[in-house]
Amino acid sequence: MRVSLFVTCLTDVFFPEVGKAVVEILERLGCEVDFPETQTCCGQPAYNSGYHLETKEVAEHMIETFEPAEYIVTPSGSCAAMFHEYEQLFSGQPDLQARARALANRTYEFTQFLTEILQVDDLGAELHATATYHPSCHMNRLLGVTEAPYRLLENVKGLKLIPLPHAHDCCGFGGTFSVKMNAISSRMVDEKAQHIEETRAGLLIGADCSCLMNIGGRLSRLGKPVKVMHIAQVLNHLRQRGDEKDAD
Amino acid sequence: MPIKIGQDPFFKRVESGINDRQMQKAVSSAQERFQKRRREATEELGNWEEWRKWGEAIRAHTMRYLDYYLEQLSENVSKAGGHVFFARTAAEANEYIIRVIKSKQATRVVKSKSMMTEEISLNKALEEAGCEVLETDLAEFILQADDHDPPSHIVVPSLHKDREKIREIFARLGYQGSAVPEEMTRFARNYLRKKFLSAEIGITGCNFAVAESGSVVLVTNEGNARLCTTLPKTQITVMGMERLVPTWEELDVLVTLLCRSAVGQKLTTYVTGLTGPRREGEGDGPEEFHLVILDNGRSNILGTEFQSILHCIRCAACINVCPVYRHIGGHAYGSIYPGPVGAVLTPLLAGYDEYKELPYASSLCAACTEVCPVRIPLHELLIEHRRKIAEDEKKAPPGERLAMKGFRLAATSPKLYRLASKAASIMAKPLTEEAKLKTGFGPLKPWLETRDFPAPEQETFREWFQKRRKKGENS
Repeated sequence: MRVSLFVTCLTDVFFPEVGKAVVEILERLGCEVDFPETQTCCGQPAYNSGYHLETKEVAEHMIETFEPAEYIVTPSGSCAAMFHEYEQLFSGQPDLQARARALANRTYEFTQFLTEILQVDDLGAELHATATYHPSCHMNRLLGVTEAPYRLLENVKGLKLIPLPHAHDCCGFGGTFSVKMNAISSRMVDEKAQHIEETRAGLLIGADCSCLMNIGGRLSRLGKPVKVMHIAQVLNHLRQRGDEKDAD
Repeated sequence: MPIKIGQDPFFKRVESGINDRQMQKAVSSAQERFQKRRREATEELGNWEEWRKWGEAIRAHTMRYLDYYLEQLSENVSKAGGHVFFARTAAEANEYIIRVIKSKQATRVVKSKSMMTEEISLNKALEEAGCEVLETDLAEFILQADDHDPPSHIVVPSLHKDREKIREIFARLGYQGSAVPEEMTRFARNYLRKKFLSAEIGITGCNFAVAESGSVVLVTNEGNARLCTTLPKTQITVMGMERLVPTWEELDVLVTLLCRSAVGQKLTTYVTGLTGPRREGEGDGPEEFHLVILDNGRSNILGTEFQSILHCIRCAACINVCPVYRHIGGHAYGSIYPGPVGAVLTPLLAGYDEYKELPYASSLCAACTEVCPVRIPLHELLIEHRRKIAEDEKKAPPGERLAMKGFRLAATSPKLYRLASKAASIMAKPLTEEAKLKTGFGPLKPWLETRDFPAPEQETFREWFQKRRKKGENS
């Protein structure tokens, strides 16, 4: 099976380890992973800020980039959801709309791809830690991927997952919201950090680097001893290896 | 502008909200309670998603044929012996209502809860015209007694006050008891009962009007609306022009959605249907009935990309789940309509000049869209506002426009994009300490006030992948 990785701009520059984990896992599961070189960003910063003319140009570029792909996999529910927005963005342009729809139909968030397409729940991972999982809003509400991450994490040997209170509350990132409305955003991430602390977990797992960057950034500023990992990094911790090489 | 509350600019209002811990505690515990009740009440129904779709279809249909149903409603109210007045503006509505009251030579007015009368500042207009106006909904009564404190929530207007604060307010009316809710309620009941008996005019809002019978339906828990509509000789009901249903059958669906979404009840204690004034042989009801149907900016929304906001049935479920609302409180929105629905509706009714920040006061987490009982895509409408502000009105900050142009350039040119991401890691190097950025400029500055930011890795994923592939090709 040929998989084209859409690594996302944030992961590319700030969290390359997450991208590496995704490649290694997919290859281990027999996928042939390619990385379309011309990929950039899904366009969400412009889209959510209301610059839809600019977004359309970015969207067209991304549609073109991923047109030859059989499956498109991305370690971000939010960016995957953005691919699903392209279709309505091109309303009145049936040709581009059809291409956008075709793109969205082949696009999967990483855990969604593992459970729905590859049909695996157990990746043979092992990580001895007490963790809690933050479900990201866009993955959860816009993309509708709710169960996959839990199913995958349940099968990680040694991992004790503590339910996060008010798990579905937003962490306060919201892209430009985090800087435009910094005071509100900070209160939201503070509340999230507090709920994480209540679980007494030493590890926070998420499936979207943007939320993790936000929560992690706050935890780090507060000096909280909570480690932050993307779910791909957790799942790439193989049973026989058991070391912490890949952990951030 | 009657919809407006407070005089401070947006960020000042946010600041006072964020620093009001008493309010936050009250809001947060109320939200938790409402969320739990809503969840249980919707799960109990079993097929909630089907109900939501049904509700959406009913609202969409009614808006599509709004002119037809309004005419039908008006005809049927007249047939039942009532008077109908279509008001284009708040001023027109207030003038009409004052005219009716004056024609009765009345001054004593009791009111049940109505957001529409808040929207047109009816109380102020009536007081200026020499009337004594009394709010009889418990929460509105509390606010009125607190020197006309504005509402902070559309279902529970005094949500921002805790019981101790309410006791303080009641003390000003002569209350000497404790902060136990039952005791305070008893006090309010005694106080209000006397006023009911002497009231000449009863004014109510309208949850829904039923076009086929010309009826007005009130959904309440306290029973005060029934006293407002049975004791005074004249009843005036004020409704927004979108708040109607074709028949009682659709009312059934919408009342179910409303009660479960708003307060987690199958049905509120009172669901009252009123058709015209008292008829011969009837035991109670007013001698005269007036229905004021208000536009006040709504018809400007019809036919636009924002039309679905007119589907709103004012249940406040979106407000009750909103994390932004939880932290800043209702008053920070500067409008009698707070929360996600307020952030969409207020700029439409009162313009961007006063309210252009509201559409940005959301992380777009979509919790509001998820709970809306009539499936209004609230977070998408917020994005649509942002689009209008940036593209049509050109009111976004110039720096942002420039940044977006730069973004487009980089995100459509892979070469430039690679260069930019590489430049980020090089430029960040001197600002970096222990893999964290210590100082930053532009949008990073506010971020770094409260959070660390990861320093870019020296090797991007892209470079790693290319190297790895080359290695693979060579081996």
